[in-house]
Amino acid sequence: MSAEPDGPEGRLRRLTTIWSRALFPVTSTSLTRTEFEEQLLPLARRLSELLRARSFDADAAKAVGAALVGAHCTDPEALARTLDCVDAYLVLYCGEDGPQDELRIRSSRLQHAMAAGYAQALRERTLAEQEAIAQAALRAQGVVAQALHASEARFRAVFEGAAIGIGIADLDGNVLQVNKALLRMFGLSEQTLRGRRVQDWVHPEDAPQMWRLYDELVRGDREHYHVEKAFNRPDGTVLWTNLTVSLLRDADGDPQYQLALMEDTTERRLLNLRLRYEATHDALTGLPNRSLFFERLEKALGAGEGQRFGLCYLDLDGFKTVNDSLGHAAGDRLLVEVADRLQSCATAPGEMVARLGGDEFVALTTGPGTERKVDELAERIMNALVTPISIDGRDLMVRGSLGIVEGPAGERTAAEVLRSADITMYRAKSAGGNRSELADPEADARAITRHGLTTALPTALERGEFFIEYQPLVHLGDGSVRGAEALVRWLHPQHGVLGPDRFIPLAEHTGLIVPLGRWVLEESIRQARAWRELHGGQKAAGPLRINVNLSPCQLSHPGLVQDTVDILERTGVTPDALCLEVTESALIGADDDLLKPLRRLAEMGVDIALDDFGTGYSNLANLRRLPVSILKLDRSFTQGMQQFPADPVDLKIVEGIVSLAHSLDLAVTVEGVETGAQAEQLRILGCDTAQGWYYARPGPPERLHDLALVDATG
Amino acid sequence: MERPAWAPRSIDISVPSVSRIYDYYLGGSHNFEVDREAARKAMEFMPGLPKIMQANRAFMRRAVRFAAGEGITQFLDVGSGIPTFGNVHEVARAAVPGARVVYVDHDPVAVAHSQAVLAGDDDVDVVAADLRKPQDILSSPPLHRLIDLNRPVALLLVAILHFVEDADDPYGAVAELREALAPGSLLILTHASYEGIPLPAERARGAVDVYKDIRNPLIMRTRDEIARFFEGYDMVEPGLVLMPRWRPDSAPEDEDPYAFSGFAGVGRTA
Repeated sequence: MSAEPDGPEGRLRRLTTIWSRALFPVTSTSLTRTEFEEQLLPLARRLSELLRARSFDADAAKAVGAALVGAHCTDPEALARTLDCVDAYLVLYCGEDGPQDELRIRSSRLQHAMAAGYAQALRERTLAEQEAIAQAALRAQGVVAQALHASEARFRAVFEGAAIGIGIADLDGNVLQVNKALLRMFGLSEQTLRGRRVQDWVHPEDAPQMWRLYDELVRGDREHYHVEKAFNRPDGTVLWTNLTVSLLRDADGDPQYQLALMEDTTERRLLNLRLRYEATHDALTGLPNRSLFFERLEKALGAGEGQRFGLCYLDLDGFKTVNDSLGHAAGDRLLVEVADRLQSCATAPGEMVARLGGDEFVALTTGPGTERKVDELAERIMNALVTPISIDGRDLMVRGSLGIVEGPAGERTAAEVLRSADITMYRAKSAGGNRSELADPEADARAITRHGLTTALPTALERGEFFIEYQPLVHLGDGSVRGAEALVRWLHPQHGVLGPDRFIPLAEHTGLIVPLGRWVLEESIRQARAWRELHGGQKAAGPLRINVNLSPCQLSHPGLVQDTVDILERTGVTPDALCLEVTESALIGADDDLLKPLRRLAEMGVDIALDDFGTGYSNLANLRRLPVSILKLDRSFTQGMQQFPADPVDLKIVEGIVSLAHSLDLAVTVEGVETGAQAEQLRILGCDTAQGWYYARPGPPERLHDLALVDATG
Repeated sequence: MERPAWAPRSIDISVPSVSRIYDYYLGGSHNFEVDREAARKAMEFMPGLPKIMQANRAFMRRAVRFAAGEGITQFLDVGSGIPTFGNVHEVARAAVPGARVVYVDHDPVAVAHSQAVLAGDDDVDVVAADLRKPQDILSSPPLHRLIDLNRPVALLLVAILHFVEDADDPYGAVAELREALAPGSLLILTHASYEGIPLPAERARGAVDVYKDIRNPLIMRTRDEIARFFEGYDMVEPGLVLMPRWRPDSAPEDEDPYAFSGFAGVGRTA
């Protein structure tokens, strides 16, 4: 807009500039000064018009005042400066040539109206804005409240519906709120539970550190803790829980509440206890079982210095007979009764009774002074068995064999102790039973070696640890070698060469005697063939024969005849080169079934010798029935002939036996010939063949080969 | 109903709010006595506080006009506060008819009021979100409705970053927003600083402490620290300067001394 500086427009501009400069510092407009001045110009023009109008227009003046508020001049200082400016310059710049007095009065009235308009507009604006912001705050609160309500409702649903128990208490322990799951667990109503104090729930089973953890938590030194805790229910039962307690803090981090989350573990715990009980107790008698006994024994053995243990290992004598004759139900009742009686024997602290299985029981005593206590315990046990046990109206005598082990803790393992007790119990049993024996290290060692040999036998056969030595059989008439007895040896990797007395009974016991015997038979016959190939036909008295021992077990083995036939055929050796030696005792009372295989072999041409003749109580009349062609006199008969003159009784006996044998068409072989005088005496008495150190000790097959050659050439 | 992520646990109008204090400095009545009390207390230390706010508004106005002049039609104003005269959408529309604006604030009362004021205006909307969670802003429905992130946007961070403590990683938040912006977008920023305040720092600190007391600590940063917010942006002339010196409409010498309290700048994404 262009205006002459001194024209009306120019004067109006100057007024506006002055006004704008006064106002700008007290406004909070973001307009620039120029923009602001442009905003004021229409207002100044309006004032100018109103000043010179014919009549005074209050409303129009008020509108100008209100427009100031609209231009964001909300600081009342803006009104003051505006009025100052109008008062000083409006008439001066816009009054033109009008009457000064009237103009002044008009200006003054305009100012009054402007002030009123300004005040009214500011008041309305203030009220409107206050209303608007209050409304906004309300709406915002509404939104938040609604959201909070929703989230609270959700959390409440979680709280109420949770399967785990939830409770909130203040830091003094007062219970403030609990959920339904917790009420169910406790079996209490909300009224009873609320207002209770956490500290009231002390339980004898509380873990020792639990209440220390609690104190730390409510002090704010701990954020949470986790324990297994028991609570008493009003019905007298116990509630077991997995309990987690957390500290809740407020926005400033100050501790405020404690939150408990608990899971009912009562049933799980009972189940665990029952499973544990079942895993550690014998179902029949309710006594602790082997695993619990081992646990306790190990604990006793692991106890500190000065602590000892005593153990009684009981095995009932003849229990199998009870089972077999009266049935298992009766046997079980017997065991239950025995268990009850044993239980009453071991009631002192540190004592326990367990059933290891079958009719085997153990009683344990621990602590110092078990040297005396274990004897008393053993006595009580033996006494407990004295009174007969009544089963099905029958009084059963119960006897037992007891092995006792006693010693200091920390020296042996549980397995070693139990083995010693077991061995000792077997000693009591082999001594006739119904007695107790005290463990003895030497007896243990023997038993252990025996056990070791037994278990090593099968692999020994596989590994070829057995070998055979041969002891010549010499014809007493001409001194020629007629054959040899095969004697098996075991070259044990640790124990060296072992004689048959050390392992044949074990092999008999385990049944290994059958394959071992078969092996001896095969080896010996193969050896017989070798001898035969070397100097067959050289001997007038026939081929070298081989004597092989048969154990009772082999005798009753169904494969005996077939195995022997197979071996003979395979090696191409005629049956007459073989003599099987059977002990007299093995044939005592033998029936036809047992004798049948021997008869078959005899019919084939195999000689059968009756070994160790004269040691058993054989029925001489029975001799006739046996398929035997040779009697081997036991060495006890020849021992009396080692000195000179010979024992006349022995002489008579041998003479009689020889006479009897010969009359039955049996040859007689004597064992244990150690001197020439002995040999001569036996020859005179009519014995046919002899073996013994006088001729040769048992040795490798080559030795026999050499002897036979000497014999043949000499 | 889901509780909106921004919603505080409760709204306590007995606690002062920075946006209502700001309104009071600007002569508005969208405030309560607690706000005015805090404002008056701060003004005891720095009587010229309203002039600082005014300078912020004036800069914002110039910068929005500049953006419009650059052809930008979309505006994202984070920390918009209580709508008062001369708002972004008013300034932008004056320059570019049809400009679209999304306001963002975390003060629920400011948001509720904005919604009331802007109701019925389809090209403007308000989002309740926090600058400290840029993804809440970027994924909000109003932003998707009004702003095409494939085209340049003017992002306004006017007088807001000095309310974000370092622990809340303001640089990370600014970078995250930058990542979302198309090339040619502008960052329009002001930030409080002891540099430029026409008072000894100890005295200014009194006003700063008032904000600390109302749990909205005011973080004064140095010019270098403020410049780091423009990482990844090319500075628009004249760079980061005291507020009245940014492309002034009138001689800066005429401005109130308090108007120089704080830096302003505009950057452009490559």
